[in-house]
Amino acid sequence: MQPLSAPRRAPSGRNTRRDPAPSRVAYRIHRMWLTPLYRSLFRVGIPVFVILTATGWYFAEPANRQAVVDKVAEVRRSVETRPEFMVKLMAIEGASPVLDREIRTRFPIDFPVSSFDLDLDAMRAEIAAFDVVRNVELRVRPGGVLEVAITEREPVLVWRAPTSIELIDATGHRVASLTGRAARPDLPLVAGTGANENVPEALAILDAARPLAGDLRGLIRVGERRWDVALSGDRRILLPETSPVAALEQVLALDQAQDLLARDVADIDMRNPMRPTLRLTPPAMDELRHIRSLYLE
Amino acid sequence: MTDLYQQQRAMRAMRRAAMQRGVIAVLDIGTAKIGCLVLRFDGPERFRDSDGIGSMAGQSAFRVIGASTTRSRGVRFGEIDAMQETERAIRTAVQGAQKMANTRVDHVIATFAGAGPRSYGLAGSVELRHGSVTEDDIARVLAACEVPDFGEGREVLHAQPVNFAIDHRSGLSDPRGQIGNRLSVDMHVLTVDATVVRNLLHCIKRCDLELAGIASSAYAAGISALVEDEQELGAACIDMGGGATGISIFIKKHMIYADSVRLGGDHVTSDIAKGLRVPLATAERIKTFYGGVYATGMDDREQIEIGGDSGDWERDRRTVSRSELIGIMRPRVEEILEEVRDRLDAAGFDHLPSQQIVLTGGASQIPGLDGLAPKILGQQVRIGRPLRVQGLPQAATGAAFASAVGLCLFAAHPQDEWWDFEIPADSYPARSLRWAVKWFRDNW
Repeated sequence: MQPLSAPRRAPSGRNTRRDPAPSRVAYRIHRMWLTPLYRSLFRVGIPVFVILTATGWYFAEPANRQAVVDKVAEVRRSVETRPEFMVKLMAIEGASPVLDREIRTRFPIDFPVSSFDLDLDAMRAEIAAFDVVRNVELRVRPGGVLEVAITEREPVLVWRAPTSIELIDATGHRVASLTGRAARPDLPLVAGTGANENVPEALAILDAARPLAGDLRGLIRVGERRWDVALSGDRRILLPETSPVAALEQVLALDQAQDLLARDVADIDMRNPMRPTLRLTPPAMDELRHIRSLYLE
Repeated sequence: MTDLYQQQRAMRAMRRAAMQRGVIAVLDIGTAKIGCLVLRFDGPERFRDSDGIGSMAGQSAFRVIGASTTRSRGVRFGEIDAMQETERAIRTAVQGAQKMANTRVDHVIATFAGAGPRSYGLAGSVELRHGSVTEDDIARVLAACEVPDFGEGREVLHAQPVNFAIDHRSGLSDPRGQIGNRLSVDMHVLTVDATVVRNLLHCIKRCDLELAGIASSAYAAGISALVEDEQELGAACIDMGGGATGISIFIKKHMIYADSVRLGGDHVTSDIAKGLRVPLATAERIKTFYGGVYATGMDDREQIEIGGDSGDWERDRRTVSRSELIGIMRPRVEEILEEVRDRLDAAGFDHLPSQQIVLTGGASQIPGLDGLAPKILGQQVRIGRPLRVQGLPQAATGAAFASAVGLCLFAAHPQDEWWDFEIPADSYPARSLRWAVKWFRDNW
């Protein structure tokens, strides 16, 4: 009867560790492999040679070269046109309808377009070149929206320039042109060459001149160095170059005390604040002379 | 003899070439195993200027970077018996060691145990020409040794000057530069069978290796297993191998006698195989696991399953007690030791000042041998293990590797042999010398 389990292996014989001898050829090949020259040749030299040869042979054919270039372009295209990179619409924020329309006609992009094809820097430069735009930020928002965030310039003054009427902002930068003064009656008027270069000072003067309210016609820059306050009835207050606000306040104080502006005065010359000077209108001057003559007689 | 002189000189040149390349292999061709160690020489020792002797007695100059052992095939009594088989075994060992070292080895130093070594003590003396001893004088005195008739088919394996004497002062190890009238030398010459050496050369050549040296296994085991004091004061090293037991006697750091007994551990194995009727592989296994030479009461009860691989697994479940095994092993071990004793007596070992005997080699690992050996060899017996060398794997530090390790030391620091000195000028054919002188006179 045979035992069902396998017979126990004898500790000797087949079970002993095999110790096969290498054949002469295997031995020689092994020795050759251990030789540094052959080793470097087999591990570096031959693979490099084969790869270089194969590549060189492949690229020697112009058709293959073209195929590789085309393939690269195609892969690039396929990555660029993935939905993740597509821009579907342009959202313009903070722009007036006119500017919005203007931007959209300037950049006639037919969406959807890949974000790789949009030159945001150039677009930013071009939008920033609009006078009305103070600051613009362009970015492609997730979801394929080209966001154009615009901060418009706020017009604070109407400037009667030598050839046109312009709106300028607090920094003196042009915002837009006006067809006439009447288009923006809410903004104060300044005139004269170089008026746009001293807007903060003009604003300070206008702020100080608020009590004049209805009488005030505007500010005139004289000789690009000082301001005149133009009042109704062709009257003027001539302000000095330095500290015009203080001079104006002095005039207003005089007005408050002695009702100066209600009198028949043509110009109030404050160019030298230490010595305010009045120019009377001709009838007033005649009247003054008359009064003086009476007194003298 | 001049032919061999040239051959040995060529081997020395080969060794120098290997040193320059930095890698040399050591091949121990034994009956039980063939071991190969690959040594890397790192150039001169690093701690030379600070220490007097140098760390690790000057052996830190090399490092074992590859080691491999394979079961020996085709070797009997330490001699090559079947060349093809041996060649294959050498290839296996060398390839394994090369693989571990990850470098190619071209030069190999080989050792073998058998070939019937025979020792001769030679003496020679010459008159000193210049008053002081020069290299040329040493060469002359070595050449002046009276060479006995070694017999047909014998080759000189070692020819080491052991002792120099100038006039009445003896015991000089290096007489160069000393002043005297007469220089005499004692030389120890070891001859072996020429055919064995030729077979070995052929085998190594077939493996695409260059032989850079050849040494007797008894000598190699002696320089690794004897400590420095024992070598200096006098001791015998018994290298108990598989097929042959080598004997070497050292004094004053020189080998003065070597012999070989054609008995070894394989005979113990074959005794067990015959006595217990088991295959040799099983017998070898039983010997290594359960072997011993002293039986105790405990051993009567310890049953060893010998399970003869006869194919009849059910009925062949024999067991044997350990005492029986010891009973088989002990007579053979005693026989080996007695044979060694005879050889030592014949060599006059009992006249040496120190009677130290060191047992080493694979067969010296039999348990209880340190109790049995003193009964036969004398009181001063110890079991020796080879010196530790740098980088040697743990598996190769046992007593079985004594001759391989010794060969490493031999490769690093070979002793001066006769062929390390130039051939004395006057033994050149006189006519050609005169012709050369004449040619110089005529042309310059």
